[in-house]
Amino acid sequence: MRTSTTGVSRRGFLQGMSLSALAVGSGAALAGCGTSGAKIGAGGCDEADQSVTEKQISFSNWIGYVDPVKAKDTSTLEKFEQQTGITVDYDADINDNESFFAKVSPQLRSCKPTGRDVFVLTDWMAARMIDLGWLQELDHSNMPNVDANLIDFLKSPAWDPERKYSVPWQSGMTGICYNAELTDPVTSFKELLTRPDLKGKIELLTEMRDTMLFMLLMQDSNPEDFTDEEFASAIDLLQGYVDNGQVRRFAGNDYVDDMKSGDIVACEAWSGDVINLLGGGKYKWIPPDEGFALWTDNMLVPNKAEHKSNVEELMNFYYDPVNAAKLAAWNYYFCPVQGAQEEIGQFDKSAVNSEFIFLDDKTLETGYMFMALPEEDAQDYQRQFNEVMGG
Amino acid sequence: MTEAVTTPPAPPAPVVDGENARRRGWGWLLLIPGMLWLAIFFLFPTVQLFFTSLYDPSGSFERGYAMTWHVANYADAIIDTSNLFLRSFMYAAITTFVCLLLAYPLAYAIAFKSGRWKNVMLVLVIAPFFTSFLLRTLSWRAILSDRGPVTSFLQTIAILPDDGRLLATPVAVIAGLVYNFLPFMTLPLYASLDKVDHRLIEAAGDLYSSPFTGFRTVTFPLSLPGVVSGTLLTFIPASGDYINAELLGTPKQYMIGNRIQAAFLTERNYPLAASLSIILMVVVVLMVIVYVRRAGTEELV
Repeated sequence: MRTSTTGVSRRGFLQGMSLSALAVGSGAALAGCGTSGAKIGAGGCDEADQSVTEKQISFSNWIGYVDPVKAKDTSTLEKFEQQTGITVDYDADINDNESFFAKVSPQLRSCKPTGRDVFVLTDWMAARMIDLGWLQELDHSNMPNVDANLIDFLKSPAWDPERKYSVPWQSGMTGICYNAELTDPVTSFKELLTRPDLKGKIELLTEMRDTMLFMLLMQDSNPEDFTDEEFASAIDLLQGYVDNGQVRRFAGNDYVDDMKSGDIVACEAWSGDVINLLGGGKYKWIPPDEGFALWTDNMLVPNKAEHKSNVEELMNFYYDPVNAAKLAAWNYYFCPVQGAQEEIGQFDKSAVNSEFIFLDDKTLETGYMFMALPEEDAQDYQRQFNEVMGG
Repeated sequence: MTEAVTTPPAPPAPVVDGENARRRGWGWLLLIPGMLWLAIFFLFPTVQLFFTSLYDPSGSFERGYAMTWHVANYADAIIDTSNLFLRSFMYAAITTFVCLLLAYPLAYAIAFKSGRWKNVMLVLVIAPFFTSFLLRTLSWRAILSDRGPVTSFLQTIAILPDDGRLLATPVAVIAGLVYNFLPFMTLPLYASLDKVDHRLIEAAGDLYSSPFTGFRTVTFPLSLPGVVSGTLLTFIPASGDYINAELLGTPKQYMIGNRIQAAFLTERNYPLAASLSIILMVVVVLMVIVYVRRAGTEELV
C-alpha cells in the first residue's frame, strides 16, 4: 500500500509550498489592518432627501406589530397611503435586535444605503446606533402630533433626551409569567428565585438587559444608574441561583414552549407574549413587586435613507390618537400616544381598560429602563453575563 | 483478460503512455475548482481566524480591532474556559463510547444477519437525515419532558426520584448527542464489517475457536478501520456541538461551542471567539493524530 514512506515527494513539496505561500500571502494582506471602527462622524454620511419627488417609504418592522395591511378600510397603513399619497413598502423582517443589527451593519458602517427608510428597534439598540452615528436627525417641525401627544414618560430617555433620532412605535413590559394551574401565584422576583417549590422549574431570559435589570433591583440597585461594582455583585447574585439549580435554563422566546409543555411553571416573560403567544387564560403575567422592565421599540431613520420627510409624515400620522388607538386595539401593546384611550372604545370596547395598553402613572413609577451603556461597558457586561449563562 | 493477451501489445504502448501523460495534465485541471473552493472557503477563513485571534482585545466592534499580535488572548481564553473545554471533551468522549456500544451490534446485524432486509435497515439508519437536525433535537425536548412518558416511566420504576428530571440535565445532552451522531458511527462500522471475508470467520470456527474468541481475534480486528473512523466522525463534531447543550441542557451543561457562539454573536468579542475556535481546532487535531497513531490503522474505511 505504501509507496513512499520516506520523505516528501517533490511534487507534494511544491504543492505544500504553494499552499503555504497562499496562506502567508493572504495572512500578510490581513495582518497589518485589523478591523476598522464602525463609527461614523457627524455629517459624514448625508443624503439628499428625495421625499418631494418620490412619494414612497420602505418600512421594516417586527412580526405582528401592525394591523394587517391586506384588510381594506381597517388598516392604518392603507389610511395613511390614502391620506398622504405616499406608498408604503412594509416588510416584517425584524426578528430580534442582534440579528437585524448583523443584517444592516455591513452597509451602515461603510455608509451605503440599507434599502430601508425606517426601521423599528429596541431602546438599547437604538442607543447603540445613535452612538455609532448611523441615524439621521429628525425634523420635529414636520411632526407636531409627536410633540403634542407623546406621553411624558417616554419623552426624554437618557440615550436620546430630545427624541432627535427616535420616535416610539410601541412599548412593552418584562415581568413574570406563571401558570396558575400548576403553581401558586408568584408575585416577586425574589419569590421566583428562592421559592423551593419552583426549583428547576423557572427560566430567565437570555437578554442581558432584561435579566440583569431584575438582579439589580433585587439588591436594591437602580438599574437606570448603577456602578460596575453593583453590576458585578448582581452577577454574583445571579450566579448563585444558577449554581444552586433554581434556574433551569436561559431562554429566548422559546420559554413559551417550556411553559406550554409544563416543564416550567413560571418564568421571566414579555407582556405581549402572554396574550399573543400563550393566549392568556391560566397563564398570568404580573409586574413583580420589585418593579418591571419597560422597553420601547423605536422608529429610526438610517443614514442614506432618501425619504426622511415621508417617514416624518408617517410618524406624525401614528401619533394622531385615533390612528394610535386603532393600532393598539389590534396589537395590544403599551400605547405611547396620549388621548388614544379616549378613542379606543370605537375599535375595541374591552381594550379601554387593558393594563397592557394603558399604564397608569402609579404602575409606570415601578417601570425601569436599563441604563444606557457605553460600548466598552456593554461588551464587558455582556461578557460577564455570558459567562454566567455558560456555566 | 485472456482476450487482452491475444492482441499484440507492442505498437500501442507509446500512444497509451502519451495518453496517460495528457490525462494526468487534464486531471490536474479538474482539481482546480476543488482547490479554489478550499482556498477561498477553508484556507482563507482559517488564516483570517488565526489573525483575528491575535487582535488587541481592548478593541470593540464599534471602534474596530487593532492587529497587535496579542498572543496573550490564548492564555486568557484557556484560563477563562478550561472547564468548558474539559466538559466538552468529556461529553464527546462519553457520546463516542455510547455510540460505539449501540452502533456495533447494529452494524454487525446489518452486515451479517439482515439478509434481504439489509437495504431497508440501511435506509432506516440514514432516515433521520431526511429531516432537519434542529427539529430532531427539539423533538427530544418533548420526549424527555418532565411530564413526558420517559420521565414518568423512570419515576414509576423508581430509577428517577419523584422530583427528578431528565430534560435539562447532562443525561439529556448526551442522549441528544448520541442520537444525532449515531449514524456517523454506524455507517463506517457497517462499511468495514461488510468487507470482512466470511471465510476467515469460518476458519476460526474450523480451528475450534469459540464464537467469542473468533470475534475477539478475527472479526473485531478486521473492523478496526471502521471503529477508528466512526469514533473520529463522532468525537470531532460532538466536541464542537452547541445545539444539544443549548436546547436540551442548562447553563451547567453548556459546551465550548456555546461560549464561542456567544462571544461571536452577542459580545462581538472577536479575538476571544477566534482564539477559542483555534484552540478547539488544534486540540482536536492533536487528539486525532495521537489516536490514529496509537490505533495504527493505515486506511480509514
